[in-house]
Amino acid sequence: MSVVNEWAFIGVFMALAWVLPAAPLAISWIFRPRRPNAIKMQTYECGVETVGDTWVQFKVQYYIYGLVFLVFDVELIFLFPWAMAYNQLDFFAFAAGLLFIFLLTDALIYAWKKNALEWA
Amino acid sequence: MEQQCINVIETMALCLTSSGVDPGLAQFISIFIGVILVAIFPLVLVIILIWLERKIAARVQDRIGPNRVGPFGLFQNIADAVKLIIKEDITPAGADRLIYNLAPIIATLSTTLMWAVIPFSPVHIGVDLSIGVLYFTAIGSIGTLAIMMAGWSSNNKYALLGAFRVVAQLVSYEIPMVLALLVPVMIAGTLSMQGIVVAQLGMWFIVPAFLSAVIFYISNLAETGRAPFDLIEAESELVAGYNIEYSGMKFGLFMANEFMHAFTANLLFAVIFLGGWSGPGATQLPVLGFVYLFIKTLIVYIPSLILRATVPRVRIDQMMSFNWKFLVPVAIVNVIMVAFLIQVTKAVGLAPAPGETDFLAHLPQSVILLLGNLVVIAGILTYLRGIGRKARLESTVVAKAHDVPQVAAH
Amino acid sequence: MLELNAQTIAFFVFALFSLAGAVGVVSSKNLIHGALYLIVSLFGGAGFFVLLSAPFMAVVQVLVYIGAIAILIIFAVMLTRSMTNMTELFNRQWWMSGIVGILLFVLLTIGVILPVWGENGINPSQPVSDNVATTEDLGVALVDGNQYVLPFQVASLLLTAAMIGAIVLARDTDTE
Repeated sequence: MSVVNEWAFIGVFMALAWVLPAAPLAISWIFRPRRPNAIKMQTYECGVETVGDTWVQFKVQYYIYGLVFLVFDVELIFLFPWAMAYNQLDFFAFAAGLLFIFLLTDALIYAWKKNALEWA
Repeated sequence: MEQQCINVIETMALCLTSSGVDPGLAQFISIFIGVILVAIFPLVLVIILIWLERKIAARVQDRIGPNRVGPFGLFQNIADAVKLIIKEDITPAGADRLIYNLAPIIATLSTTLMWAVIPFSPVHIGVDLSIGVLYFTAIGSIGTLAIMMAGWSSNNKYALLGAFRVVAQLVSYEIPMVLALLVPVMIAGTLSMQGIVVAQLGMWFIVPAFLSAVIFYISNLAETGRAPFDLIEAESELVAGYNIEYSGMKFGLFMANEFMHAFTANLLFAVIFLGGWSGPGATQLPVLGFVYLFIKTLIVYIPSLILRATVPRVRIDQMMSFNWKFLVPVAIVNVIMVAFLIQVTKAVGLAPAPGETDFLAHLPQSVILLLGNLVVIAGILTYLRGIGRKARLESTVVAKAHDVPQVAAH
Repeated sequence: MLELNAQTIAFFVFALFSLAGAVGVVSSKNLIHGALYLIVSLFGGAGFFVLLSAPFMAVVQVLVYIGAIAILIIFAVMLTRSMTNMTELFNRQWWMSGIVGILLFVLLTIGVILPVWGENGINPSQPVSDNVATTEDLGVALVDGNQYVLPFQVASLLLTAAMIGAIVLARDTDTE
């Protein structure tokens, strides 16, 4: 049960540590002036009236970066136990890891060549 | 009962139990006090950090910096904090109130949570998780989420655009950072932070894992939004990005979080690559461990401050190309090279036994790995030089073609 | 029957996160709020992994699910325009789906959960033992010729296929 006991610290941390940033916010809420008026509450657009919807033409490129990141993230998840046990393993483990990394580098090269990583 | 301090938590509970307190409650009290200490420390530290940053940026720019409030301007940040607290908080119309207020708290929480696994000395650590390295990577990705929330809940086009760009940047640079972290894990054979520091008692990892240290440092600069990757706060472009609609103490929290995050990232660099608390006399006198750790962190933190005041900002497309077309392939090559060399040194018999703290025992493997790193760096630089030369040749050819008509006109 | 110690309390807290988050996902009128409720639910799942002495899986859950997949879901929600305020939560066949849901729950309990973990089952409830494998054992198992090296490589093939497929789908077809 020692593993769970270790994480008890993190659990208590998450339950309590948000109080510390919230404290200045609470103090501010007590002390600050409250004078809302319509002009102050308008959205900021370089000092002029807002033009059009608050919806932005979303570039698909953001999504592609997120996808490539996701695939590499999952790859890294597999590589971490491999790296952790690496010192006790032999060349076969190196070959297995090499093949794994190589297959994913393949995917990266494909993305590169198909210009999926351009910011255009 | 006299037992040696293993960990702030374990001893306090034991001592409380031995003096008659119920064991479960004693455990809880010691955890509680540990949490309070570990959570308050970065928040108190950030006051000095902001002062340090302003002074150093000022000196680089040949001016003095804050020097009125208190001796050497040390109380400037307290004055700033008081100002931010009493500022009116203008929530924009149509903003999603709950998420708008929650975002700065989650951002600060994610940075503070990282301090729970940092080993300050052989006996002082919040909790030595068996997967410490992955833990702080995961917590860092929660910070990305907080920025997304901030940008979206402000109900402002520019905030949303800024938030998208920031998330794309943070998410992209996480890959070379984690790839670079694979190398110390391979050499140390453990994911726990205390284990990594103990494995460096023979040789700091910056020697065998030099390229990983460089990649980790650069990715940290990008992950924390420091120059030259500070598009996050590109004032001239997006008017403070996802921060636009934040005023008063919420904005103060975001700013404090940025400084704290930069310091935490450099602290992690010092722990993983520069040996953490290790130094002469640290095992006997734990307080020295604290001192060594902070000196090492400052050694890497101050250059990042100077870099901030010196280097121009890169464009977003340059930043993305740099990451996906340079850093990630280099990091992958680095992992493969180190994996290969570790196997070779083990087969030849030059690898030190696990648990060795003798400098000379670690020397052969470290030197071989360092040579491998330098070979890879030399290869990369040669390749870049070839590309640069080709580009320059092309541009001079084009220039010569333009010169000819002018000569003829004379 | 149930002793009230810290682990039980933690279990109930995480169960609350998971279930409340799941209910929030399906019943929130604002898609972005739904995505955030999903994050709460996934966080509860990470908590369960910790309680089962599998901290590596907990961290993987946070790192991949919350740090990557949830962000992608939020991006995808923002790709679709004005989905932030839906007016109707239920369509006209809500009674049918309610019946199917309850039937499924009963089926799962009687057919799967009770025979395996019930009192007369194959694997009656036992506390999680202390002899759990570490992440290092996972690492050794992933490259051991007799264990999981083949699934390891197949996983990387799967990831490659996923990335190539996603790029083919997402890229602009007129810039070819």
